Amino acid sequence: MIHSLFLINCSGDIFLEKHWKSVVSQSVCDYFFEAQEKAIDVENVPPVISTPHHYLISIYRDKIFFVSVIQTEVPPLFVIEFLHRVADTFQDYFGECSETAIKDNVVIVYELLEEMLDNGFPLATESNILKELIKPPTILRSVVNSITGSSNVGDTLPTGQLSNIPWRRAGVKYTNNEAYFDVVEEIDAIIDKSGSTVFAEIQGVIDSCIKLSGMPDLSLSFMNPRLLDDVSFHPCIRFKRWESERVLSFIPPDGNFRLISYRVSSQNLVAIPVYVKHMISFKENTSSGRFDVTIGPKQNMGKTVEGVVMTVHMPKAVLNMNLTATQGSYTFDPVTKVLTWDVGKITPQKLPNLKGIVNLQSGAPKPEENPSLNIQFKIQQLAISGLKVNRLDMYGEKYKPFKGVKYITKAGKFQVRT
Amino acid sequence: MAASPAYGEEKGGSSSLGEPEYGHDPASGGIFSSDYKRWGQCGRRGRGRALPVWPPLQALAALLGGEAVPEPGPERHPMGTGTGTGMWMRMVMWIGIRKLLRQLPVGPAGWQKTPEGGDVAEEVTSPVLATEAGQPTCYSALRADELRPLAGAKPAVDTGTTGPPPRHDDLKEMLDSNKDSLKLEAMKRIVAMIARGKNASDLFPAVVKNVACKNIEVKKLVYVYLVRYAEEQQDLALLSISTFQRGLKDPNQLIRASALRVLSSIRVPIIVPIMMLAIKEAASDMSPYVRKTAAHAIPKLYSLDSDQKDQLIEVIEKLLADKTTLVAGSVVMAFEEVCPERIDLIHKNYRKLCNLLIDVEEWGQVVIINMLTRYARTQFLSPNQNGLTCQQESLLEENTEKAFYGSEEEDAKDAKAEAASLAKRKPYVMDPDHRLLLRNTKPLLQSRNAAVVMAVAQLYFHLAPKAEVGVIAKALVRLLRSHSEVQYVVLQNVATMSIKRRGMFEPYLKSFYIRSTDPTQIKILKLEVLTNLANETNISTILREFQTYIRSMDKDFVAATIQAIGRCATNIGKVRDTCLNGLVQLLSNRDELVVAESVVVIKKLLQMQPAQHSEIIKHMAKLTDNIQVPMARASILWLIGEYCEHVPKIAPDVLRKMAKSFTNEEDIVKLQVINLAAKLYLTNSKQSKLLTQYVLNLAKYDQNYDIRDRARFIRQLIVPTEKSGALNKYAKKLFLAQKPAPILESSFKDRDHFQLGSLSHLLNAKAVGYQELPDWPDEAPDPSVRNVEVPEWTKCTSREKRKEKVEKPFYSDSEGESGPTESADSEPESGSEENSSSSSSGSSSSGTEEEEEEEEDSGEQSEDKEEEEKRPKRKDKEGSHKAILGSAGSPSEEEEEEEGAKKAKKKAPQGRKGHAETSSEEASTSESSSSGSDSGSEAEAKQRKVPPRSKASPKEISLLDLDDFTPPPPQPIPSSSIISTSLVTDLEGLTLTDTSLTPTLLSPAFSAVKTYELLHRMAGEGLAVEYCFSRRPFPGDPHMVAVQIQISNNTDTEVKNLRVNEPKPLSGMRIQEFPEIECLAPGDTATVVMGIDFCDSTQAANFQLCTHTRQFYVSIQPPVGELMAPVFMSENEFKKEQGKLMGMSEITEKLTLPEKCRSDHTIVQQVTSAANVGRVPCGASNEYRFAAKTVTSGSLVLITLERREGSTAQLTINSEKMVIGTMLVKDIIQALAQ
Repeated sequence: MIHSLFLINCSGDIFLEKHWKSVVSQSVCDYFFEAQEKAIDVENVPPVISTPHHYLISIYRDKIFFVSVIQTEVPPLFVIEFLHRVADTFQDYFGECSETAIKDNVVIVYELLEEMLDNGFPLATESNILKELIKPPTILRSVVNSITGSSNVGDTLPTGQLSNIPWRRAGVKYTNNEAYFDVVEEIDAIIDKSGSTVFAEIQGVIDSCIKLSGMPDLSLSFMNPRLLDDVSFHPCIRFKRWESERVLSFIPPDGNFRLISYRVSSQNLVAIPVYVKHMISFKENTSSGRFDVTIGPKQNMGKTVEGVVMTVHMPKAVLNMNLTATQGSYTFDPVTKVLTWDVGKITPQKLPNLKGIVNLQSGAPKPEENPSLNIQFKIQQLAISGLKVNRLDMYGEKYKPFKGVKYITKAGKFQVRT
Repeated sequence: MAASPAYGEEKGGSSSLGEPEYGHDPASGGIFSSDYKRWGQCGRRGRGRALPVWPPLQALAALLGGEAVPEPGPERHPMGTGTGTGMWMRMVMWIGIRKLLRQLPVGPAGWQKTPEGGDVAEEVTSPVLATEAGQPTCYSALRADELRPLAGAKPAVDTGTTGPPPRHDDLKEMLDSNKDSLKLEAMKRIVAMIARGKNASDLFPAVVKNVACKNIEVKKLVYVYLVRYAEEQQDLALLSISTFQRGLKDPNQLIRASALRVLSSIRVPIIVPIMMLAIKEAASDMSPYVRKTAAHAIPKLYSLDSDQKDQLIEVIEKLLADKTTLVAGSVVMAFEEVCPERIDLIHKNYRKLCNLLIDVEEWGQVVIINMLTRYARTQFLSPNQNGLTCQQESLLEENTEKAFYGSEEEDAKDAKAEAASLAKRKPYVMDPDHRLLLRNTKPLLQSRNAAVVMAVAQLYFHLAPKAEVGVIAKALVRLLRSHSEVQYVVLQNVATMSIKRRGMFEPYLKSFYIRSTDPTQIKILKLEVLTNLANETNISTILREFQTYIRSMDKDFVAATIQAIGRCATNIGKVRDTCLNGLVQLLSNRDELVVAESVVVIKKLLQMQPAQHSEIIKHMAKLTDNIQVPMARASILWLIGEYCEHVPKIAPDVLRKMAKSFTNEEDIVKLQVINLAAKLYLTNSKQSKLLTQYVLNLAKYDQNYDIRDRARFIRQLIVPTEKSGALNKYAKKLFLAQKPAPILESSFKDRDHFQLGSLSHLLNAKAVGYQELPDWPDEAPDPSVRNVEVPEWTKCTSREKRKEKVEKPFYSDSEGESGPTESADSEPESGSEENSSSSSSGSSSSGTEEEEEEEEDSGEQSEDKEEEEKRPKRKDKEGSHKAILGSAGSPSEEEEEEEGAKKAKKKAPQGRKGHAETSSEEASTSESSSSGSDSGSEAEAKQRKVPPRSKASPKEISLLDLDDFTPPPPQPIPSSSIISTSLVTDLEGLTLTDTSLTPTLLSPAFSAVKTYELLHRMAGEGLAVEYCFSRRPFPGDPHMVAVQIQISNNTDTEVKNLRVNEPKPLSGMRIQEFPEIECLAPGDTATVVMGIDFCDSTQAANFQLCTHTRQFYVSIQPPVGELMAPVFMSENEFKKEQGKLMGMSEITEKLTLPEKCRSDHTIVQQVTSAANVGRVPCGASNEYRFAAKTVTSGSLVLITLERREGSTAQLTINSEKMVIGTMLVKDIIQALAQ
């Protein structure tokens, strides 16, 4: 299936290659570079490129292109999903999936890739199994290794591969048994010029951090499970149980993982926690324009909106911006034409405002369209959909774990058209 | 970064760092120098970019200059990730510097003044020691490598040596050392080289030596190296093979698996046979993980040598029958790569795969679902033919576009045809297996893995009834939140689906709204979907959305939007005018691209109803002054030419302008100018005659031959001359004919003939190895091919056992199914008849031996950690499966039966059940009263009276017939058997004619059955076990010899759980245990039957006989005569066969018959007692012939005994199996001598 993998950085260096079948020359990447040049923007590089003898399927993550070489028919999503899984694994191992991290850990990267695919077919992709096979690097371990001569490769054989709950390793032991659940909801919305909502929905995830000894069997129930319109599960969840009782019943993996992601039906009205007043205009002749944006909170059940950041992709004709912010700080990058305004917390008494003059390229026609505003924000201790965890029960183990649930609401793809 | 050096410089400057990036030649290019370049920020593929200044160079310079050691904090560290502590970094730094200094052939004067000067001097002489002292980590080592070229880069230091020494000497040395840490270090550096695409093949000999290294990490890295380079260095790679072969025998399953993995990854054609063997062996390994690895190895071997296909298919077939989830995904992947066309291999495993699916790992699920989609398309009928679904379809699918374009008659015709075909069709009933697939895949829509969701979605799209397809929309929309690459693929598929099934995605219309931050390719796809979803009700919303898009900064996107509007306008008549007006407004847009695109779209729209729009055409005519985009200009000209009658005044003027600028136009515009001229000439020749001639003259001398040709052609056509004549008359018709309006279609139309979600679908072209999605068959193929012969009897000795059985995986018994069904039918009756001395419970227990095996299986599985966790799911599946099979009735019926037998009630219920019971009872009573001779015939008589069971299947009937024919075995009583034997043989001789050509296997002719002792009463502590060869075909397996075992409990306590344990058969030998005897009361006796396949050898079968307290090692050694089964043949046939078995296969022995053994009767009796043979009729009175076949291999054994004068006789045995022949001769002579 997957023949080879090339990692390419933004400047076009192939800094790592791995072949699972016979070697494919680096020159195959030239087709990719060609497509990349044509696409101008990195985002527009087509994920699937057909070349005379191969097909290239690539993803772009953290300024790295993962380009895989395929020779025969394969579901493209299969490859894309796998490549993302590889990137996730690097992230998991090295804390970041950057070029430097990969170069610094090139041997571990290689060992990982070797284990993840066999003859191009995924073999071990569960992080728990991989960690049994190859220990992630830590400062302490690299010091110890250098003194004792021991290695990163686990010397115990990975029994997880044999089990039918491959996501959990055997013999987990903790002194403090804890289970944390973060209910994170994101609001995706498009707000039109007049401030009315064109489209809004809530996407949520429950990320868990579970450090429990032995083989705990957990079941998590909600106060209002009917809210969840569409749910996708981690493989550990028993589907039948959810279907019949709307209870999440599972033997959890060890450590951090995403338990479910869900969507709250778009039919429900979504409470938009902020509003934006904007006045952006460009004058035809003076090669300047006015920019005036105010962000304010709508009523949010008494919670404050924090971490507010606004980013705006200004039209190409904009040369510079002279603005004053009543709160927070703004930056404008004249190369990428991106305006970023870091607002921080919104206090209803004094609404944050950003106002000033836009300098346009002289002689250039005025931009036709006002740029849309992308807003980010965060509200702690609130799930905007109203989802509430009812209880967490544990079976199969004797001890009493510490349980914690946290709610956060964030802006997802939150866009205001102007 | 400095300015880039010129191309030539880079190549020429050997002393500089600028070596060609791609040079892998270790001798000249140098691995380290090019390493350095790779790691640096030099430009893409090394062309025309300068090299960076290496930060440590400055640090080093400082050092060399005699300054005190600087404090190299992490921030000065070139590769420092900021994670190290200061101390650690310093250490690492120093190691690097030491190594670097080693490279300097002559040290500058300054360096010895550094505090560590002494050490450094030492290290220069012994590089290996130096590394030992340092124990650098991998990443410090890398740095050292990178520093190396600096030595060469500094001409001041480099004193005349012609470059660095052969590259990998130090690595080789490290690999040869006996320290694991050094080896590891070296291997890490080598792997780093491989990772960067450097050539490290010259290290092969040094690396391959370490394949047996004890250190696991070294070993793994060596494997990495080996797999990478073995193909290039085949001979050397062979050195490593023995290590893997050893690994294949390791008791640890993980080591076996990894050995197989590497062995199969080494692409060396010579080892194909070894790989084949290893795969075959691993395919029947105990561990499912090893079997999984074997499945992975199959495509590897196949790609190496496709001649092995047939053998590999056998392995695949075997592995497909595997019932563990671990193997399923991998073997289907192998199936898809090796033999996707062998869909017949799936039949028997179809239901199992459906049921296991949810527990298979994600990647396997994708492969299985895709394969099952194809399978289902060949095996089931289309669910969308039925009238009901048709209606639903029409609800889902609107015909707006059809109504516009397709003429109404056509529609009516369609409808009629549909109605007609409906009438013909039978009401559709979905195959339960089809339903099973749909039901079992549905939960996977909830998978976190986008590939799985997509796979299920395409399965539903291709297989589900239209009314059910809707469920996938929600899941697909969910995927739109994922990474942009995932979005891209999903949107492509949604675009295709939304053409066929618009209703499905309509509720999610808003999810396809476009954000300004989406990448352009995503925007365009979303636009496509929105356009496909547009209908009369939602068009206003969509157009409002489009309006915002038109003002976007992304011009490609705007152009796409205009086209989308055009499509909406053509498809939905209601809004055509609105759209047209909007587009006309766009004509005054400042962006030329937008205007051009609008012109093109407007042209297409106008073509539909030109008359009303002369205003627009006029407006557009004005645009020719401004618009420069060729396509747009061409479109305007075409419009004016086509509708010149609507704008009679403007048209000639436009032509005048165009004639003026003709020479500067693009080709495509020139062609349209010529067209325009021609049309005007035909309609308005007065005004445009001269202009036309001018244009044609210009075109005549154009550079482009297309234009010249066109001009010539048109001139001939329109200007009347003597020659042209006839054509001229039709010129007007030719040019001004009504042209059909173009149809604006989605590019995704009809893409669904590719399997959705596939690469081919995405590319809209057949990819290599794409398996065509077959069309539905007209007639459903036989659904019974999928029937797995599930053992129908579920007789158990107790209820608990039954329950246990329910809990374990349903399919765990898929091995050897064919046998058990037979045994299920034949056993109860034969058991009851045969076990004359047994209690009634014994008879029912004999039926359950197959079950015993199953239990064993499940036990094994729980060892393999297939435990309770999955139980609940399994239970569900099983339940569903049972319902589907429809055989649910039989277990309960059998249960009843079993219970009836157990309780042994006198009152006989209806049917055969009662008969079996009574007959068994009678048999046992008659036995106990030891009226031996009668019992057999009596039972037989009874059997005859019994009418065949009404419920019995055909198979059962045949078996019953056989039983009717065969006298039941009254074995321990010789007297009765003598009679029956001779009777049977005589009868046979009479009834059968010479015409029967094939030797028929007959039920045995019985003679005295000898019992042997298996366990003596003393040795068995009161438990006595005897066995005899009952000479009946073993019900489970025709290749097994049935061994009847009689167990008597002579102790004064109960013996419980009597069973066979741990059979240790020799190679090829198989043992089918008898079912466990739960309890044997003191003084009681039980008789059971077990089957042993002796492989036609007289080797003993060893096994343990266990009770709840003890284990006894016992063995059964068969006399050679028991290894065969009688065969009936005619005299001619016998002679014919004998003729074939001459020479080596013939053994002749002379013997003297003793006094008492001279009558026919005795001779026959003695021979048949010595061997399980059947008599063959013979014309001569002094000759006796017998024939048999060996049980396992079915080789013929022919015996001829010829009586000479007096007491001498000659015995001839013809058989392929010479050993059997010789032994048989001995045995028969011994028997006759008695």
